[in-house]
Parts: sequence; structure tokens; C-alpha cells
Amino acid sequence: MATTVLDHAETHAHAKTGLWSWITTVDHKRIGILYGATAFLFFLIGGLEALLLRIQLGSPNNTFLSPETYNQLFTMHGTTMIFLAVMPISAMYFNFMIPLQIGARDVAFPRLNAFSYWVFLAGGLFINISFLFHAAPNAGWFGYANLTTKPYSPGPNVDFWVIGLQTLGIASLAAAVNFFVTIINLRGPGMKLMRMPMFVWMSFITQILLLLAFPVITVALIMLMFDRVFHTMFFTVAGGGDPQLWQHLFWVFGHPEVYILILPAFGIVSEILPVFSRKPLFGYAAMVFSGAFIAFLGFGVWAHHMFATGMGPIADSFFAISTMLIAVPTGVKIFNWIGTIWGGSIQLKTPMYFALAFIAMFIMGGLSGVMHASPPADLQQTDTYFVVAHFHYVLFGGSIFALTAGAYYWFPKMFGKMLSEKLGKVHFWLMLIGFNLTFMPMHFVGLNGMPRRVYTYPAGLGFELLNRLETIGAFILAISMLVFVYNLWRSLRNPVPAPADPWNGATLEWSIPSPPQEFNFAEIPTVHSRDPLWETKRARGGPLPEPALASGKDIHMPNPSFWPLVTAIGVITTLTGFLVGFPYVNLVGAAILLTGIFSWAFEPAG
Amino acid sequence: MRLRKIISGPAFRAWFPLVLLLVLAGCSSRDYPQSTLDPKTDFTHMIDHIFMTTVKWAVVVFVLVEGALVFAIFKFRGKPTDPEPVQTHGNTMVEIVWTIIPAVILALIAVPTIRGIFETSEVPTDAIRVEVIGHQWWWEFRYPDQKVVTANELHVPSGKKIALFMTTADVLHSFWMPQLAAKRDVFPRRATTLWFTAPEPGNFTGQCAEFCGIQHGRMGFRVFVDPPEEFDAWVADQQVGSPLVNAGVVGPDSSRPADSAAAQARAAHDSLMAAGNALFLSGGCIGCHAMVGTPMAGQMGVMGPNLSHVGSRTTIVANLLQNTPENVARWLRDPQAVKVGALMKLPRKLTEDEIKTLVAYLEAHK
Amino acid sequence: MSQDAHAMHMPTTTGLDSRKMAIWTFIGSECLFFASLISTYMVYRGKSLTGPYPHESWTNPANGEVVKGILNIPLTSFSTFVLLMSSFAVVLALYGAQRGKRGMLIGWLSATMVGGAIFLGGQVYEFNHFVHEGLTLHQNLFGSTFFTLTGFHGGHVTVGLIWLGTVLVTAIRGKLPPEKALNLEIAALYWHFVDVIWIIIFTLIYLIK
Repeated sequence: MATTVLDHAETHAHAKTGLWSWITTVDHKRIGILYGATAFLFFLIGGLEALLLRIQLGSPNNTFLSPETYNQLFTMHGTTMIFLAVMPISAMYFNFMIPLQIGARDVAFPRLNAFSYWVFLAGGLFINISFLFHAAPNAGWFGYANLTTKPYSPGPNVDFWVIGLQTLGIASLAAAVNFFVTIINLRGPGMKLMRMPMFVWMSFITQILLLLAFPVITVALIMLMFDRVFHTMFFTVAGGGDPQLWQHLFWVFGHPEVYILILPAFGIVSEILPVFSRKPLFGYAAMVFSGAFIAFLGFGVWAHHMFATGMGPIADSFFAISTMLIAVPTGVKIFNWIGTIWGGSIQLKTPMYFALAFIAMFIMGGLSGVMHASPPADLQQTDTYFVVAHFHYVLFGGSIFALTAGAYYWFPKMFGKMLSEKLGKVHFWLMLIGFNLTFMPMHFVGLNGMPRRVYTYPAGLGFELLNRLETIGAFILAISMLVFVYNLWRSLRNPVPAPADPWNGATLEWSIPSPPQEFNFAEIPTVHSRDPLWETKRARGGPLPEPALASGKDIHMPNPSFWPLVTAIGVITTLTGFLVGFPYVNLVGAAILLTGIFSWAFEPAG
Repeated sequence: MRLRKIISGPAFRAWFPLVLLLVLAGCSSRDYPQSTLDPKTDFTHMIDHIFMTTVKWAVVVFVLVEGALVFAIFKFRGKPTDPEPVQTHGNTMVEIVWTIIPAVILALIAVPTIRGIFETSEVPTDAIRVEVIGHQWWWEFRYPDQKVVTANELHVPSGKKIALFMTTADVLHSFWMPQLAAKRDVFPRRATTLWFTAPEPGNFTGQCAEFCGIQHGRMGFRVFVDPPEEFDAWVADQQVGSPLVNAGVVGPDSSRPADSAAAQARAAHDSLMAAGNALFLSGGCIGCHAMVGTPMAGQMGVMGPNLSHVGSRTTIVANLLQNTPENVARWLRDPQAVKVGALMKLPRKLTEDEIKTLVAYLEAHK
Repeated sequence: MSQDAHAMHMPTTTGLDSRKMAIWTFIGSECLFFASLISTYMVYRGKSLTGPYPHESWTNPANGEVVKGILNIPLTSFSTFVLLMSSFAVVLALYGAQRGKRGMLIGWLSATMVGGAIFLGGQVYEFNHFVHEGLTLHQNLFGSTFFTLTGFHGGHVTVGLIWLGTVLVTAIRGKLPPEKALNLEIAALYWHFVDVIWIIIFTLIYLIK
């Protein structure tokens, strides 16, 4: 009934520029940009780590990197790419696009949104600071016990990893609650669930996966930390603990995690293909249900990462079948994408290049995945470069290509400038060629007997040529990234503004200015179909005029706030106490945390 | 012109290298001594057969689906000024068909898979048992029936059933012999199994395949499939001074000299053994290694490999170096320089003379 | 709270308040958290290499002392009952809040907190007693799994108490009118969840041998 009166002057006196405005922002678009910029930097760091690995592996018996440095780099490469690159780049798109696509002014909990970004930044910095002590995590991104227990990993490396991941988990959970509620509860008039853009659907399913999978790794990390700090017995063999328990817990999280990494990519591609084929997504309902089915089944396949652990034929058979089953809805999606472009009028712009390549690469990654699904065959493939090839095809050829497609597609909306098509195509070809040159040979070198996670290999096993090719491919990939960075920098400085709807889009984000104003829509639109903008343009008989800027003076937007950042600092400080083993740090952290939470809860409106 | 367009298409550029490399990979398996595509036993043939089934179907699906994709990209290219295409939303019949067909293909893969799962988990009861124990970063082999303890090299007779019972002494490892029995992870306190029958003699390499710490990359081993008579001779040699034979008992030095015609040679040998045994104790080797003729002979190679027959092995340091006097000397001089992080940390540096004696002493233990 | 007053009264697609939806979502996620801890407990049940044990007795080899099954079912049944009653109390407090009955709200909310405090006190006493009997986090698998599971539950109860206490303070200061009853409702939902989890834990650890 009674609402708190917001001072209009206060509302519009939100600082628009300056560091403080970014630190206190609760605007989903700004938070999206923060996520994206941070994640892109981490992506480049992860790529540099990979390049160093590839230099080391370019020759047999190489001494470019010591074994310890190599092990730290491969651990950090995996951890960085998964948690600090792909997931937060997806988060950039969740943040920027979901409210726009569903016709909302913001997310359900703007400060929680900001909090999740600051915690992500804290976690990313925390885990990377370990490099300064030459103590970066070094037991793999999957941290198998009992290698990660104190007797076998006495240094702080694993502690950095456990605490860093725990922090990142908190960020993911906070964001997931936010987007889950936003998508259910903040849709504009007429935006029924089965009218939502496919990106929103896939993101929605991703939030559910996050909510259900992250608690499991939270528990696993707690148990590992307790073993290391309080000498509990969870994975300590001498006390009766079973290292295999770690694997079960980790993969119950880990398998849904890979769907968390790919579903947003599926969503992005499902947006781009229709727009650049000028016809709707083929089989919308099937796409929704197959996505949901994949997510559901995704919780029932985890032990396919454990086929070599001797679980017994019944367990092996169950997980083999569930894993093969999950290939069915995945295949349905691929066919629906091809069905979308079939009979269309394909416009080959840069976003479409990346989206089409995504399909091609993902098919290959999916096929090698089906090969692993057979436990007897997997006894040869698991823990070899064959698996490394598989997951890079789905995660890089899949997720990264799709996220890059999204970048070219949505950059005009986010920044009000177009990315250069010419540079985009150079980026594309270099990336495609570099990617395939790097990862295709891995299928073969794996089948030829090269295991994973090895810092070097002897001469005479036939690994030399393929490794050399892979290293060359990695350098080509690196060059493609430089082209992309140049494109980003040059385009941001380009004085030519981008139109609201450069691609003839179908969804609501293209109906507002590029970049959008703080309140997104001058008037919340009502939708009547799945492709509302096409419908509007069709009714009008042509493209829409450039939307005028609105004053927004009667629109109440949430105030900026400092407390999400403070609370995030409280979180990381409390957890750092476990790294340094100094309880005062925990206490100070808890004090900051409580201050942040209470101030946040009781923050005055004006 | 059409060809040029096809060659520049994204999908073509993706799959062409695959085809090319597949062709290349089919070439000589002699060039790939650790290849999984070179099965040598009943176990690995079973696996290979299932794998080839998946490959066959993968190629079919790949050609059809990528082909459809590439075809669509070229056939339906348009310009922005083209008329709007037909706004198809779906086709229920087509969608049903393309859901059922993959399911059927997967069923065709699932059936041999399930059969293979059960067949590969049936450990034969009448096999020669070998216990495999993973250590950071080397492999130990014990033959409970033949009463032999050794490291780095696994010897098995050809034409006989072999059953491996595997554990680890520390962290998780994975025992991988691509040509003979694929791999299985090893756990503490719980044995996992592999089995195989190798019809033909040969020698093979393998590696650890589960990340196990700093030197995971250098945890190799060799497998010798010997003709049965050679295997029996090897066993007889290895039994001398084996802790499984003389468990807990300090045996006399029973290593035989390489050739013992002259009494002079015998005397020289005896004095080498005496000097070597003394160094083995004073240099601290005995802290980790079991060695026939020393007080720890009853121990079963606790931290480091049992060295009673180290001279008979073709390689040392987990298949990293050939077993030559120079390499043994190199290892003794500074193990950390050869394999940084290895758990072999000498209590004191050895002098060159001591190294010379030890090398001769070790090599004499065949 | 005040900041989200704006959000609170925005029309929502489902008609449900977003904050209520958020707490349910969070609770759903927390179910997996406790499910993982409980599964670990169940997987390790009976696998401790040494005592003390939950139900069987154990002879301490160090001093020959016999330690009976360490769980005290009558005592824990009592504190379980108290926690259950506190859930009932918060329902009554919410009833009062929604109807503007200040006395009812403050009285029953205080009772809720007393119940929670008694439960926590019981936990603290029990943990102390166990440590005296030789059961610590690092003694055996039972110690590790028991203390971690019940400890995290106790942590959740503590957070709940602080939360309820904060709501109580706002109620006492007259800042919890019926329009803001949702603030209590959300805290109460969390409290019920913590209670339900305890029922499951109590059944699996204490009641089922």
C-alpha cells in the first residue's frame, strides 16, 4: 500500500560517471559491463596460461617450464576459463539482456546483483594473487583427493583454490537466486513463458542448474578444507575416508556445471540464427523442452567422469545409458538449428559466422563425447588428450564461439557502436583455423597414447609432430585474440553511433536506443508473440524509426548503494582467515560482513 | 567458383583436417609405440571393437549432419534485399523422426557397450596374479604366487591369463597400458582390477594416467610379454633374495655374479658386494630401498623401489632413463636434477668414488 | 528493506512478492547443501575405524574406558521438541503481525527465539559432552561427519536467531505494521526450513540405528 517516497531529485542525481558511480552502481547494464570487462581480462590471462603450456609441450623433454610451474598453470588455466571467463561472460549477457528481453526495468534484486559481481571479482583476484607467492593452485581444476589433502599438498596452493572457488560459488548462488526470480516474476505484460526469447529460457534453466549444483561443491570444498585445517577424516585414508567420495561430490556438481557453461551459448545461438536467417527458430517448444530435459538428465550422468574407477558393471551401465540418452535432446537442438537456417535467407554477418561455426564445432565435440559414453572405449580415452580435445570442442568451439557471436551481436546495443565487420571476419578465420589446428590433433595424440596433465613427454612415442602443430595453432589463436581486442578498442572510439536495431532483430532489446537509457523502456511494452519486434515491424510494413530518448522523469529507479561492495569485502576477508590460519582475520571479516548486511537491510531510501 | 566457396566454408575447414589426419593416423602403428589403436590382447581387442563401432556411427552422423549444415549455408545464402523467406515454425513429423533416429543409433552403440562392460569386468580366476602398487612417482609389481617383488618393469608370460590387482600407496594414480589392458585408476585400501591374455611376446610402455603430483608426467613403466620359458627364467632370477621368499629373514647375499669362472672374479665380486652393502647402509639408501643381503631385505620396498635385481631392468627412474652406468651415476649424483620433486632426497651427497662403487654394485644385482 | 519497498510493491508476473520467491529459491538450493552433508554422513555410517560410536559402545584402548553409544536420545528429543514448538510460535507471531496485534507478535516472536536459544544451548552442551567423552571432529569418521553436519545446522539456527532478533527489534520499535508483515514471514519460512532439516537429521542420526 504505502510506498516509500523517493525523492525525484535524488533519483535523477545518480552520478552517471566517475569511479564512485561504478562502485555503487545497481544498474543491471553497468553490472553486466563490469562482469564482461573483468571476465574478458581473465579470459586473456587464461589464454596466456594456455600459451605457456603449449610452448612447453611444443617439444619433447622441454624445460621451458618447471614441472611445478606447469602444474600451476594448467590448474589455473582450467579454473580461470571455467569460473573466471565463460561463466562471468555468460553473466554479462544475463545481466544486460534478460531484463531487456523480458520487458523489465531491472532485475528483482539490484543490490544482490551488484553483490554477486563484487564477490566474483574478489574471488578472481584472490585465487590469482597466489601467483605472487609462486603458490598458485596446482592440483588440477578438479582437485582430486587425496592428492589435495594436507600430507600430499602441504603448501597454501590448494587452500587458495578451495577458498577462491568457495567465494566464486557464493557469487554464482547470489546471482542465480536473482535471475531465477527476475525471469519468473518481472516479465512484462504478455510475456508468457512460452513467448520468452530462447536466450532467456536457456538462462533460466542455467540458473536452476546453478542453484542445485553449487551447494554440492560448496559441501565438498568445506569437507576438503576441514580435512586440511581441522584434520577431519572425509578424504583422509588413515581415518577411513574414501577419496572416491570427493569424485562423486565433485562430479555431481561438475557435470551440471558443464551444462551451465553451454546452455547460455545455446540460447545465444538460438537468438542469432533466426535473425540472420530472417525466419523464426525452428521448433521453439522442442528447444525449450530439450533444454529442460538436458538439465534434468544432467544430474544423472556424473559418474561418466569415473568410468575408470572400477565402480562395477551395474553402475557403469547405468551411467553409460544415461549419458547416451542425453545425446538425444542435444541432437534435437542441433537439428532444430539447421532447420532454422534451412529455407531461410542467410545474412552472413560476423555474428552469423560465429554462430554457424559453433554448430559445426559443437557437432564434433558432441560426437567425441558419445565415444566417451561407452565405458569400455572410455578406458582408453579417459585421462588422455582425446578428452582434452572433446571438451575444448564443446567449451571453446561451443561456448566461446557462441559467446563471441553474442559479443558481435549485442555490442551495438551495449555500447552504441558497431564492431568492424572486416576485422570481425579476420578474427573469425584466424580463430577458426587456430582453434582447429590446436585441438583437432589432440584427438589423435590422445588415441596414440598421450595422457593428460603431463608437463612433458619423451621423444619416440610419436607425439612430437602433433604437439608442434597444436602449439602453432595456439599462437594463431592468440593472434586472433589480438585482432578482437583491436576491434573492440577501435570500435569503442568510433564516433559513428549504432542504430537501435542494426540487425533487424525480433526481440525487445532492439526496440530501445543503443545504448539503452537507465530505465530501459520509456514505456513497458506489451507483447503478443514470440518475435514481438518482427510482429510490430510487419504490422507497420517496414522498419521502426529510431526510438527517441525519453526523459524518464516519472520513472523510479533503485538508488545506488555502497553496501554490496562492503558485504563482498566481508565475505572475502572472512574466508581469507582460513588461508592465513589467523582467527582474528575471520573475526574482522565477520564484523565487516555483518556491518554490510545490516546496513544493506536498513538502507534509507533517499 | 563453387568449389572455392565450399572450401572457404566454416564447416569444411573444420572437418577437412579431421579426415586428413584420420588418414594419416591410420598409418604405421610402429611410429606410435603407446597407441590405443594397436590392441594386442583379448581385452583391448574387445575395447577396440566397441570403439570402432562408435567411430563408424560418428562418421556417418558427422557426414550427414555437417553435410546438411554446409549445404544449407550455401543453398540459402541471401542478401538483405531478398524477399522474406517462408516463416516456418517447425514440422512435427520431421522433429519426431530426427529424435527417433539418433535414439536408435545410440541403442546400437549401447548394446555392445553393455556387453563389453560386463565382459571386461569378469576377472578370470585361473590367471597369474600380479599386484600393482602405485607410488609417487613409480610403479611397484608384486607376484604373490611367484613370490617376486620388482619395480618399473612388468614381466608376463605370453599366451597365459594375467590378472592385475591394483592399489596405491599414496595418492590416486591410473595404470595405463594402451596395447594390453587400457587403464584403471588405483585407490588406497581397495583393489581395482584389469586382466588380459597377450598371445604374442613383445615389449610395451605405459604411463600413469591420473594426475598425482609434480612428477605425474614422468611416471612411466615397461611391460615385457615374454615367451613362457623366458618368463620362468626371469621369475627364478627375481626370486633370489625376494622379501616374499625370505620374509623377515636376513638372507645371505645370494645375488649371483654375472659370470663366475675365475675365483679371482669371485673374490672381486665379493669385495664389491661388501663395499656396496656398506655404502647402501652408510649412504642412507636402506632408509627407503629394500636390497637383498641388507638388514631391510625383509621389507617390501617401502618408499622406493626394491633394488635387489635393479641390474636386470632395462630402464630406471620410472622408464625415464636407460639403465646404463652413466645414467645410474647421474641419478645418484643428483636425483633432484633429474626428476625434481622426486621423493628420493639423499641424506648426504655421495663422492664420485662412492658413486662408482654403487653403480657397479647395483648393476651387478641382476 | 526500505530500499526494496519500491520493488516490493511493483506488480509481479505471478502476483507473488519477489522476496518471498527469493527465500523459497534459496531454500531449494539449501536443500541440496544439506542433502550433500547428510549423504556423506550416511555413506560413512558404520565405517569409523575407531570409536566413540553413535549407538554402540566402544572400549577406549588408551585407558580401557568403556564409552557407551554417545548419542543422548532423550535429551535431543527434548530439544527437538522445543525447536518444533518454536516453529509453531513463529506461526502465531506471524498471525499477530498480519493483524496488527503487537502484543501477540512480540510475545510469540520472543518465545520463538527462546525456543531456538534452548535448542542451541542443548547443542552446545551436547557437543561439549561429546568432546569430553573423546569424540572430536578429527577422532573418527563419525566425529567428522556428525559435527560438520550438525554444526552447519547449528550455524543456520544461529543465523536464524540473529535474523529473528532483528525482526523482533523492529517490531518492538513499532516498525513492523501489517504491511510489512512479509519481513517476518520470510524469516519464518527460513526458520521452518531449518526446523524441517533438523527433523530429517534427528531421524537419520539419532533415531535410526
